[in-house]
Amino acid sequence: MIQLKVNGRPQPIDVAPDTPLLWVLRDTLGLTGTKYACGQALCGACVVHVDDRPVRACVTPVSAVAGRAVTTIEAVDQSRIGRAVQAAWRELDVVQCGYCQSGQIMSATALLAGNRAPTDADIDHALAGNLCRCATYQRIRAAIHAAARSLA
Amino acid sequence: MDDPTIENRRRRRFLQEAGGLTLAFCLPARAAPPATGQTASVAVPFAPNAFLRIATDDSVTVIAKHLEMGQGSYTGLATILAEELDADWQTVRVEGAPADATRYNNLFWGPSQGTGGSTAMANSWDQLRQAGATGRAMLVSAAARRWQVPVTEIAVRDGVVSHAATKRQARFGELAADAAREAVPAEVVLKPMGEFRLIGRHVPRKDSADKTSGRAIFTQDIRLPGMLVAVVAHAPLFGATVRHFDATAARRVQGVVDVVPIPSGIAVLARDTWSAKKGRDALRVEWDESRAFRLDSADILARYREMAKSPGVVAQRTGDPEQAFAGADRIILASYDLPYLAHAAMEPMNCVIRLGEEGCEVWNGEQLNTGDQARLAEMFGLPVERVKIHMLYAGGSFGRRANTESDYLVEAAHIVKAIGGRAPVKLVWMREDDMRAGYYRPLFHHSLAAAIDAEGRLIGWRHRLVGQSILAGSSFAALTRQDGIDPLSVEGAANLPYAIANRLVELHTPKDIGVPVLWWRSVGSSHTAYATEVFLDVLARALGKDPLAWRLELLAEHPRHRGVLQLAAEKADWARPLPAATSGSRRGRGLAVHESFQSYVAQVAEVTVAADGSVKVDRVVCAVDCGMAINPDNIRSQVEGAVGFALSAVLHGEITLRAGAVVEGNFDTYPMLRIGEMPRVEVYIVPSAAKPTGIGEPGVPPLAPAVANAIGAATGRFPERLPLRRADLRA
Repeated sequence: MIQLKVNGRPQPIDVAPDTPLLWVLRDTLGLTGTKYACGQALCGACVVHVDDRPVRACVTPVSAVAGRAVTTIEAVDQSRIGRAVQAAWRELDVVQCGYCQSGQIMSATALLAGNRAPTDADIDHALAGNLCRCATYQRIRAAIHAAARSLA
Repeated sequence: MDDPTIENRRRRRFLQEAGGLTLAFCLPARAAPPATGQTASVAVPFAPNAFLRIATDDSVTVIAKHLEMGQGSYTGLATILAEELDADWQTVRVEGAPADATRYNNLFWGPSQGTGGSTAMANSWDQLRQAGATGRAMLVSAAARRWQVPVTEIAVRDGVVSHAATKRQARFGELAADAAREAVPAEVVLKPMGEFRLIGRHVPRKDSADKTSGRAIFTQDIRLPGMLVAVVAHAPLFGATVRHFDATAARRVQGVVDVVPIPSGIAVLARDTWSAKKGRDALRVEWDESRAFRLDSADILARYREMAKSPGVVAQRTGDPEQAFAGADRIILASYDLPYLAHAAMEPMNCVIRLGEEGCEVWNGEQLNTGDQARLAEMFGLPVERVKIHMLYAGGSFGRRANTESDYLVEAAHIVKAIGGRAPVKLVWMREDDMRAGYYRPLFHHSLAAAIDAEGRLIGWRHRLVGQSILAGSSFAALTRQDGIDPLSVEGAANLPYAIANRLVELHTPKDIGVPVLWWRSVGSSHTAYATEVFLDVLARALGKDPLAWRLELLAEHPRHRGVLQLAAEKADWARPLPAATSGSRRGRGLAVHESFQSYVAQVAEVTVAADGSVKVDRVVCAVDCGMAINPDNIRSQVEGAVGFALSAVLHGEITLRAGAVVEGNFDTYPMLRIGEMPRVEVYIVPSAAKPTGIGEPGVPPLAPAVANAIGAATGRFPERLPLRRADLRA
């Protein structure tokens, strides 16, 4: 039994310890906002926060996050920054297909937590690991700037 | 409460309530008359009932017959209907339609429901306006009867029906029950354009909230009670089959429930995805490769180049091209090689199938609704109406989910049959399964020649294309021309708009290449626009002409092409020189224009080419004429995205085969555009009162040639193959 803390709630999990966090979140806990797209930390669709740091759930064995605070897209609105990011995403209608956007939002929220006034270069660096096949990148940049302004 | 089964249950319960209790007003069912052709001029079947529900809580539900795969169809379709209904946009919800050939056909496709060819808005325009206007008329009649006032004195705005003289008003929900008893009007009056309050304005997307909170449900997120997840060991080569397999180790993986052979490989079924994948990876499969396709993509290209040396089937001929070339002062030649491309939607292909006593239920990002329905019905021996398809959001598609052979659905159906239908099955393709499954944008070789007379005028144009047919051998083969030409191979080339007196377009269609191919966002134009627009710039440079001025001259009879070209050029400051590059690098600006799906797009790209040959696209200015702009912000969004999608192919996109095996498997070997590579994109819309046409695809074709022409301007070298290679562009 592995003791997880997901979105503020304790979650005892009975799975093989090498199971990636992604599949525990999706298949065991039913938190399907975190997406599978590559399985190899190449695309960022599965980004969640572990102790407030962005982590790729698809290559993180669940045993590695035992006892640590895992936050997923479903609870990103529990932080002021997360709410600001979501609001900016909606205001600018960033999404298209939407499949990658949970990961984008989690990466953006983590960026703003450490940098309240990111430049385009900061954004490009922090979100370099998040692919968007619809290429909503221009609006992602704009939404991060907008969220930063709203938090200032 | 975070369990998706519960989430799904919650949604189902809501729908049941909406359908059974709160739903007071549902226009009576009326079957659409069969469509008789495939053009916009076909009589529009008027069936407002199928698209609209109003509940007593004032919620307006628009039933979308088209897939939402990112292109904004749900929002656009709802905008059209809500406009004529005079609904309050806040109360409008969108629901995916079931597969139903009697009510939800794509009116441009004949008796078939589906999404593609950028037709969603265009084919729905009249239909949903009438659906909305009908609903409005019935609400007005109900109010007039209740208040005993003439219908002509009643106004409707933002979901409220009112009578000014008596100061009475009622919300839609309050009138819904009465409106349901009104007769469906035989004719309705549509709004004049000047009275639009939603169309042409900024209307926010309907899917933004759910797609930014993790609540949006994609096929990947479906979980049903007792459901098994299937992951499949697929053949390493196209045409290979299973000779022998050993499932001992796979069955030992905890969570694995069953292992079954199916025509496309061996399926491992487990209680969860990770166990299924581990089980699949533990399989030992021996493949029979005796009938497999074994060429390298380089071999295919070499073969195509050889074929291009001889005349092909004539796709289009104007004037006397032979005479023009015979009498030419000089002939300019170029060729362009464009690779196989994967759609690589972020959500790998997947679907859920449940077989029950009533029939079969399917959950899918469904793009060819009735075609897939018919195929599954045939496989399960069911009448089509007992195959119920839930159309969910698709995490991208770009054409991939509109599979002519229903490939992944058929695979899932085989698995369900193999286990005797004893459990619902979710088929999950891992990224590598998705990347290597074929159905690529076909590899094409283009060979072009231009005849120039002694005065330096372009008098002849010859274009030979070599590439596989998408339609041949598919369930859409009937759309092939009488002469054997697949119109999708030559679209954008055979209808070149330029005034060139003598033209010949020829096609070779190799038939022995065993790589499955499919439409990829913008289909034929994804490669023909490159060949035609880059070659035109090559000629402009050779003849000392300005690429813009010359195009405008050759497009005298094509005002919409000219319109977007002029707008893009003006916004990009075409007349002013581009600011110089920093030392060592070279800068250039290039343009391209292309019509696809009756929408016209011009783009001006600004690029910087570094000394090492790497290319950075700095800015792309786009001008669009897609008729009346239903949702201008979505048009901008689609074109911004199309620029990035197309640029991904320019910089990175290539599927290669080595001895028949697809080399690329994941995003390390098939890289896609990342945020740091995204140029600044500006989108300008030509004001228009013409009927709306599509915007999902038309932003794609001009990007690659605009970038190539900018590279040509910067370096004097016009790339003859994609993706770009540094070696081709080193200083």
